[in-house]
Amino acid sequence: MGVREEIIEKNKDFPGHIQPVPGGGIIVSKFNEIINWARANSLWPLTFATSCCGIEMMSVASAKYDFSRFGFEVARATPRQADVIIIAGTIVNKMAPVLKRLYDQMADPKYVIAMGACAISGGPFFYNTYSVVKGADHVIPVDVYIPGCPPRPEALLHALIALQEKIKNGWTREQIREENKKQ
Amino acid sequence: MTNEDIKQYISGIVPDTVYDETGEWLNANIPPQSWKQLAQALRNSPFSFDYLFCLTCVDWKTHLTMVYHLSSTANRQLTVVVKAKLDRNNPEIDTVSDIWRTAEFHEREVFEMFGVQFKGHPDLRKLILPDDFEGYPMRKDFEDPVNMIRL
Repeated sequence: MGVREEIIEKNKDFPGHIQPVPGGGIIVSKFNEIINWARANSLWPLTFATSCCGIEMMSVASAKYDFSRFGFEVARATPRQADVIIIAGTIVNKMAPVLKRLYDQMADPKYVIAMGACAISGGPFFYNTYSVVKGADHVIPVDVYIPGCPPRPEALLHALIALQEKIKNGWTREQIREENKKQ
Repeated sequence: MTNEDIKQYISGIVPDTVYDETGEWLNANIPPQSWKQLAQALRNSPFSFDYLFCLTCVDWKTHLTMVYHLSSTANRQLTVVVKAKLDRNNPEIDTVSDIWRTAEFHEREVFEMFGVQFKGHPDLRKLILPDDFEGYPMRKDFEDPVNMIRL
């Protein structure tokens, strides 16, 4: 079994186990795991798209693919209410400070998905251009990368589910920071 | 009103115009000095070229070419392309922003991308690029060692 299958297997159910007691049972679990489970199943994306990947993202948000089935309920128009930013499109040098600012305005915990070739590496604009940032991870940290130009809607759904698994499985960035301080 | 009528009209104003009809539209190659006069005449002509739907520039490495696409809202079939060859080291041409208002920001874009100076333009600043940007990125020999990765 690969790492990915292990993660999926570990996280497919509600965290914890049922302790049988007379007349029923008690769920025994860890608080952090319940919080992560709750977080993973309610991720609100920011309405942010800079080019054609945005059209594909809108398609995933609307009736045919509908990412709210997986807990990506409502796209928020303000970064202060958003949990995840999907970088859907090319980031140019003039857009980079805006993206950084939006990311800084989001409340922790926050997650980033780089959607498509442009957000990963500059994509078709990698060579011979004066204006394109060669990958959004030069500006803000990225959790999940989706290749494609643009990616299929199924690929974006896959990335969203992968992000949920990542959140359910591991620590948040704050937890990692706290652990590092202890050492 | 046919292309022949337009050619006759343009030749009446700029006699040394060279025509090219191999493309979709009638092309008129004129010297840049006579552009302003021709532009004003075309605007007020019976053809009524009141719609400048494209203004751009081409870098041919040896010279620059300004390209103006004109049409008429009264007769949409009527289209003429006016081209003017500019010196690459000192590109200069008269503005037409007072004739077609849309030229104002198109000329600003050509100015920042190619470095063409539009004489008489009311507000020749950079349009899209940051104010501190150096060089003209749409020129073929533009180099930017910080941002560009060469193929």
